[in-house]
Amino acid sequence: MDWLNAIVQGILVGGLYAMFAAGLSLIFGVMRLVNIAHGDLIILASYLAWAIVHATGLHPLASLIIVVPLMAGFGYALQRGILNRTLGKDILPPLLVTFGLSVILQNGLLEYFTADSRKLDAGFLETSSFPLLPGINIGVLPLLMFVSAVAIIAGLQFLFYRTSLGRAFRATSDDTEIAQLMGLDNKKVYAWAMALCLAVVAIAGVFLAIRSNFDPFMGPGRLIFGFEAVIIGGLGNLWGTLVGGVILGVAQGLGAQVDPGYQLLAGHVTFLLVLAFRPTGLYPRVSG
Amino acid sequence: MNTITRSTRLSKVAGVISVVLVAALIAVPWWAVASTEHLLAEFCIYLALASLWNLLAGYTGLVSVGQQAYVGLGGYVLFTCSVFLGLHPILSILLAGLAAALVAVPVAALVFRLQGAYFAIGTWVVAEVFRLSFAQMTALGGGSGYSLPVPIIKMLGDAKPVREANIYWISLALGIGALALVYTLLRSKIGLALTAIRDSEIASSSLGVKIDRIKYAVYIAVAALTSMVGCIIFLQKLRISPDAAFSVNDWTAFVIFIVVIGGIGTIEGPILGTIIYFLLREYLANLGSIYLMILGALAIVIMLTAPKGIWGYISKRWNIALFPVGYRINFKD
Amino acid sequence: MPLSDEWLKIENLQSYYGDFQALHGVSLTLKKGDVISLIGSNGAGKSTLLKSICGLVSQKTGSITWKGEDILKFPASEIVKRGIALVPEGRRLFPSLSVEENLVLGGQVARPGPWSLSSVYGLFPILSEKKTAPSTSLSGGQQQMVAIGRALMSNPDLILLDELSLGLAPIVIKDIYELLPRITASGMSAILVEQDVTRALGAASHFICMQEGRVSLEGTPMGFTRDQISAAYFGT
Ligand SMILES: Nc1ncnc2c1ncn2[C@@H]1O[C@H](COP(=O)(O)OP(=O)(O)OP(=O)(O)O)[C@@H](O)[C@H]1O
Ligand SMILES: [Mg+2]
Repeated sequence: MDWLNAIVQGILVGGLYAMFAAGLSLIFGVMRLVNIAHGDLIILASYLAWAIVHATGLHPLASLIIVVPLMAGFGYALQRGILNRTLGKDILPPLLVTFGLSVILQNGLLEYFTADSRKLDAGFLETSSFPLLPGINIGVLPLLMFVSAVAIIAGLQFLFYRTSLGRAFRATSDDTEIAQLMGLDNKKVYAWAMALCLAVVAIAGVFLAIRSNFDPFMGPGRLIFGFEAVIIGGLGNLWGTLVGGVILGVAQGLGAQVDPGYQLLAGHVTFLLVLAFRPTGLYPRVSG
Repeated sequence: MNTITRSTRLSKVAGVISVVLVAALIAVPWWAVASTEHLLAEFCIYLALASLWNLLAGYTGLVSVGQQAYVGLGGYVLFTCSVFLGLHPILSILLAGLAAALVAVPVAALVFRLQGAYFAIGTWVVAEVFRLSFAQMTALGGGSGYSLPVPIIKMLGDAKPVREANIYWISLALGIGALALVYTLLRSKIGLALTAIRDSEIASSSLGVKIDRIKYAVYIAVAALTSMVGCIIFLQKLRISPDAAFSVNDWTAFVIFIVVIGGIGTIEGPILGTIIYFLLREYLANLGSIYLMILGALAIVIMLTAPKGIWGYISKRWNIALFPVGYRINFKD
Repeated sequence: MPLSDEWLKIENLQSYYGDFQALHGVSLTLKKGDVISLIGSNGAGKSTLLKSICGLVSQKTGSITWKGEDILKFPASEIVKRGIALVPEGRRLFPSLSVEENLVLGGQVARPGPWSLSSVYGLFPILSEKKTAPSTSLSGGQQQMVAIGRALMSNPDLILLDELSLGLAPIVIKDIYELLPRITASGMSAILVEQDVTRALGAASHFICMQEGRVSLEGTPMGFTRDQISAAYFGT
């Protein structure tokens, strides 16, 4: 029963990982950018929420009303101000610039918020649960997290394939030059994509802050989880990131069941196995 | 008559100066105080790491964020060989190089499946796997680490100054060795091929398969040397733990900043970068995290305004090169 | 001087790709309703000229005036809003968009005019049957129709057509060329790049022959003999 429980809890945590992954997948899809600071931005959102909750006494989930637009605005500005200038054939500039950004964010958070770990308290949300089977309890918070992840991915999927912004994303990703002939300013399109990515990051950051302790140096770990979920699920496939997140969550849960020290290792090893046997992921995007 | 040459007068002068410099550096234990010697050893270590990372990222386009995997692996091999087999540290260093090369073969086979930036994160995952695995090995102290036993240390000399001089010379050898490797490699046919793939897409597609093999070889060689540098790092520290051994900040972030600031894709860049890094550290390190933010910002500014770093700017502005790897045409009427 | 019929005026245009200069001082004038064909051998700079006009080549000097406005430094996304559309060489449809999405995206700039989804489907009925298909699943000729439709959707005053016949069967080429008068009937101007000189001269009131980045001959098709034109074409 413990094993089944580990699997169920792993699935639910997978939702959080999918949220880490969705933003990565989105910006990679639109502009082939891999943002090394992605995880640090998640943690930045956690701290923003923490600061807002402590200043206003809002419920952590209510802080989303402020954190999401703030992060989205930051993403837009970041893309227009810095990242757009790094895009081109050479992969070094975006990689190294976002790497620098990651170090700046980590140390900025350290400087401002100290190294003490923090947590957001969501009250009854965290403590309530209901039994699914005897011996298996589903927490309301993990469930909410998972449902949010599904909703976010469904929303992104809808936006990507059913709206004019999504059409602009796909067209720019297909052929930047010709997209400009359609009146699309690719720099603005990229900025919108980054804004959207950081809106998702904001939600992920708030959930992370409610679920566990966080400190300024947790970013790289979240980047890696998100990245592993993306690759396991298959590059460019949004629903794939959910599957990837769930597989990662379950692998970690089972690893922890064997020995707490194996939790992260089990996740990484699963990722490496997928890379070895299904290098394009489980659900690679079919072309066309 | 027009002639094509590699060296210039400047590079010849630089050659003479570097011979003198190397002689002076070898003699350091006789003329410098211990703290200087220590600092120079560290300088050589970073110079080696930076040159190796530059070879990987700046010439083969393999941007790794996971070289700490090999630094840590080297350190652990050294400790294992010394503690369990009682081997002499110098022998252990050679074995560490060999071990890393062997490990790098399957690792490369895996991470080479990832492109560009995803390759970078993939290498990071591998380093994490190493860190977490070594943390599970109770024989090596698990998560809290292990100290090098005194008898092993004494193999490098009974008296402290002798030991430190030996460690210094090994560091110097690795620093100069890494530079020499990069230099000779770039002067060879392989170097020409590498420069060609970096500078032209047509060349890279026509060289195709051969390039893949060169990339593998470079990755493995760099892993071996990085691991040997890792040995000397922990020989100096006398203590190893998974977090210190596989630290992304110490063994990769700083190294990336050094190369980016100095000039990626140039031989001189890592040297200049290491000098700048040590100067900055000397004056700013007490700022703690703000110092790191300054380094990060500096790297971003350089990447956006002068992607070939400070050395790239200098050499373009005055058309100079200290290490003649490229060819230049001298026009004469 | 009142806003004349001279819509497009290019003077001494020099365009570059990095260090390579592809155009060496090209000048041309196009009036409202003109259909000009642009001929020249491979690499003469025809596509470069079209891409320079619509803003896809950004390294350039000289002047390009469109309806009295200097558009030389404008980005492509602004030029299309002023009524210049390109049907690019090789069609270049968006593979992850369906046929209809390609067309709708073309109309994104929302200029007023006769062209809409329904009028494009009226011109190319086959496209309305395939509207949900991925654009890559169409035949070459159908893809070319989408590319033309996509350009028309912005209701341009000037349409630049780059090698419509590239890779198409002669019968399909004939069909497409027969539709051209219906497109230009409303007074839309066009610049037409075509390898087939006879076809190019037949479709236009005016021609320009380019060679190595320069205009080597221009005038009306009637004004020159075939030998003169082929001398200008091949540079013999
Ligand atoms: N993107 C580019 N980068 C560098 N050079 C280019 C580029 N596009 C074209 N050129 C060069 O510019 C010159 C003109 O090319 P352009 O495509 O305009 O010729 P064209 O007349 O359209 O030829 P074709 O009939 O083959 O289409 C050629 O020498 C070509 O090699
Ligand atoms: Mg052409």
